[in-house]
Amino acid sequence: MSRAKDLRKNLFGGTTSNARQFGMIFTLVAIVVLFQILTDGLTLRSDNLIALFQQNSYILILAIGMLMVIVAGHIDLSVGSVAAFAGILVAKSMSDWSLPWPAAVAFGLLIGAAIGAWQGFWVAYVGVPAFIVTLAGMLLFRGGNQFIGNADTIPVPEGFRVIGAGFLPEVGPNTGYNNLTLLLGLAACAAVAWREVRARRTRREMAADPTPTWISILRLAVMVGAIVFASLRFASGRVGTSFPVSGIILVALVLAYSFYTRNTAGGRHIYAVGGNSRAAELSGVKLRRVNFLVMTNMSVLAALAGMIFVARSAASGPQDGNGWELDAIAAVFIGGAAVSGGIGTISGSIVGGLVMAVLNNGLQLLGVGTDRVQIIKGLVLLLAVALDVYNKRQGRFSVIGGLTRSLRRDTPTPAAPEAQRAPAVTKVPG
Amino acid sequence: MSDAPVLLEMRSITKEFPGVKALADVNLVVRAGEIHAICGENGAGKSTLMKVLSGVHPHGSYDGRIVYRGAETRFADIRASEGAGIVIIHQELALVPDMSITENIFLGNEPRRRGAIDWRLANRRAVELMARVGLHEDPDTLVKDIGVGKQQLVEIAKAFAKDVRLLILDEPTAALNEADSRHLLDLLRGFRSRGVTSIMISHKLNEIEAIADRITILRDGRTVETLDVRADGVDEDRIVRGMVGRELGSRFPDRTPRIGEVFFEVRDWTVRHPISAERRVCRNESFVVRRGEIVGFAGLMGAGRTELAMSVFGRSYGVYESGTIVKDGRQIVLRSVADAIAHRLAYVSEDRKAIGLNLLDDIKASTVAAKLAKVTRRGVLDAVAEHRAAESYRRELRIKAPTVDEGVSRLSGGNQQKVVLAKWMFTDPDLLILDEPTRGIDVGAKYEIYGVIQRLADQGRGVVVISSELPELIGLCDRIYTVCEGAITGEIAREHADPETLMKRMTSTKRTQPR
Repeated sequence: MSRAKDLRKNLFGGTTSNARQFGMIFTLVAIVVLFQILTDGLTLRSDNLIALFQQNSYILILAIGMLMVIVAGHIDLSVGSVAAFAGILVAKSMSDWSLPWPAAVAFGLLIGAAIGAWQGFWVAYVGVPAFIVTLAGMLLFRGGNQFIGNADTIPVPEGFRVIGAGFLPEVGPNTGYNNLTLLLGLAACAAVAWREVRARRTRREMAADPTPTWISILRLAVMVGAIVFASLRFASGRVGTSFPVSGIILVALVLAYSFYTRNTAGGRHIYAVGGNSRAAELSGVKLRRVNFLVMTNMSVLAALAGMIFVARSAASGPQDGNGWELDAIAAVFIGGAAVSGGIGTISGSIVGGLVMAVLNNGLQLLGVGTDRVQIIKGLVLLLAVALDVYNKRQGRFSVIGGLTRSLRRDTPTPAAPEAQRAPAVTKVPG
Repeated sequence: MSDAPVLLEMRSITKEFPGVKALADVNLVVRAGEIHAICGENGAGKSTLMKVLSGVHPHGSYDGRIVYRGAETRFADIRASEGAGIVIIHQELALVPDMSITENIFLGNEPRRRGAIDWRLANRRAVELMARVGLHEDPDTLVKDIGVGKQQLVEIAKAFAKDVRLLILDEPTAALNEADSRHLLDLLRGFRSRGVTSIMISHKLNEIEAIADRITILRDGRTVETLDVRADGVDEDRIVRGMVGRELGSRFPDRTPRIGEVFFEVRDWTVRHPISAERRVCRNESFVVRRGEIVGFAGLMGAGRTELAMSVFGRSYGVYESGTIVKDGRQIVLRSVADAIAHRLAYVSEDRKAIGLNLLDDIKASTVAAKLAKVTRRGVLDAVAEHRAAESYRRELRIKAPTVDEGVSRLSGGNQQKVVLAKWMFTDPDLLILDEPTRGIDVGAKYEIYGVIQRLADQGRGVVVISSELPELIGLCDRIYTVCEGAITGEIAREHADPETLMKRMTSTKRTQPR
């Protein structure tokens, strides 16, 4: 009993987003297992996993930026168009002005920053709602893409394609696996172990009740197991394939942005602005600067996503990025962000994006048409958020918690929400 | 007048909210054709009583009886009371700014002909109604384009469109200037001569003295007395005595103040209203704070104390026009909240839920929110330092929560207030401005917060306490400024501070000590 209690506390306890995220990871695992069975093992085959990552890396990169935008209380509808606009300019810069590809990448990021500054200016300094600014941006930059490219496609050179279609090279002895991918997996295992040790030390320094050792070990074992499994899969694909370069870019960005949002003052300010902008302002947060930076950052990431997509499809076209904004927004909300801002995590959004990706991929493997795939994705988005809203209203925080609640007797009763209490009537002692 | 028939009688009304008795055995008798004033401090129960009368709190949610025009009434909602001719005009006007005067007058009460609104009839009747309240405007004018005083008249015309017999006005002149107030009071006298009965809630005692026939005074949710203005020879002093009443107990920790030199000075401070450019929130106001001193700002709600304080705190309210701030002998310019924090000012806001805290945060994140730099090492937040800081304040202020990981939305009002205090103590301020620091907090927590305030002052900091509770100011402060309509109307040392003196200065716009 006490072990079960410990486990529950460490899974569901702590912050609400922890519990929410655990629920999401559980959902992801369940979906993967479901499709693995339904597709007779096709889902977790090396080539499918690699394709899955390549096809979705740009959406997940967008989800990182979108998470920050949504946490700050805004929305960005223009990301697909911005990606297409940056993509066509970069393609043109290489074909017409024969810019070398690394310079073209830098140029693309600069375009993203410029577009972001433009949109951030209207949102932060003029005060036009982001919904309107980016709706305008959606039209503006879609039109811009088609104007510049004459509504035609522009191919990109071989070197540039690496960022979208490239893989880790084969080096070292012939082990039957891609060695670099294995090394990467090893590094990830070491990082996870180091993190767990550090987390334990931090808890000790805070004089909080330490996480029971067996839970630490269990958690570590699960994560290392998952990493080992994934690296073996990625490393054992067709010769010449391995962990995709776009996946590496994604992982680097996820790590960097997770760190930024969790462990720096700048990141904390984004949550403060989204949670209560007036309170944030009265605590000395520079509201406008935060809003400006969040919007700018989103467009930079959109430009990057656009370039990766162009690189993968070897050419920039007029329909690139159509509907991406919706996929990115869906990923963020499935990943537990609040529509009203202030709540959400990068890792949650990535998991949310993966849920959608696996769903998409699995249904395609099963031969379900795009019409029905869209219907199912729409319902999943609605249900995921509805369940979350429902759970919040019940004062519970996770699907699992809800399912097992009836089995528990020691359910902690959350304090009654303030709003439901009587209006505060101040007695005036005379 | 006292022989006039009784129009309304509220008998032993008792209204309880969970945990709080807002009204206890309140009686009110209003005679036909009189202007009846209801007085009392903030929180005395005036508004609750009117909400009971107008059906906002429906029959069954309170105890007691309401007899209106000779029959007992049981209003289920506002529509029912309006149907009976009881119309309440709230302090915050219920008008739609982007609709015309006519549309507003008949909103929800549109004259119809065969299902469609008859705008010709509506306009004709609107002009009649406007004439009755002395409003001369084109009925098609949008409400947002006329001044507050005229908007108030539209609100009254709207009441007449519903065949009002008993007009209730909640602080009708609070937002009006002198001339508009006078016009409104004349209008009420005119209504009286035509037999309309009015109930008026007001903090402006001079107006009440001038216009009311009888006055009912409430205190702590009870009826204190009903005075007949002419027969009893009532004046402002008499009303104040009724409002503040009883003795102060010892509800404050002992303290011997050690007051140092003046270190913070605001001179000739003038601030414009954020929206209407011609309004001044305050005009050429000056005040000083000494080290180790607790300075009170007394005033009724809406007197402009919060606005004054926030405009000093990094211009977080209104538009700065002129004035200087001198701290430790040097003039400083605070353009933003960040500047103010950097110059070691702190402002603990009145409304902790709306603007004081991010309710999504836990205790530790809230504690360090105003000074993240203090827990940042080389650009990275130090979770251990954050935890330690929050934990030490949790102990010092006795915040009742199992750990600092607890979400602030789960804390009680008193504990939330302590978290806000911790947040600003963490910035290590020289000057702390506390806006209504004990509003909505139970007695025990109040005592603790008073202790914290005194400790902060004894550490040599200056503390400014804004409060609507006079006993609190008198018990806590070394010196008290009184504020009325954005103007500092008096400066009273602790020895001379008593409720009557304060209340008198708080309700008069005359400057007794021009500085």
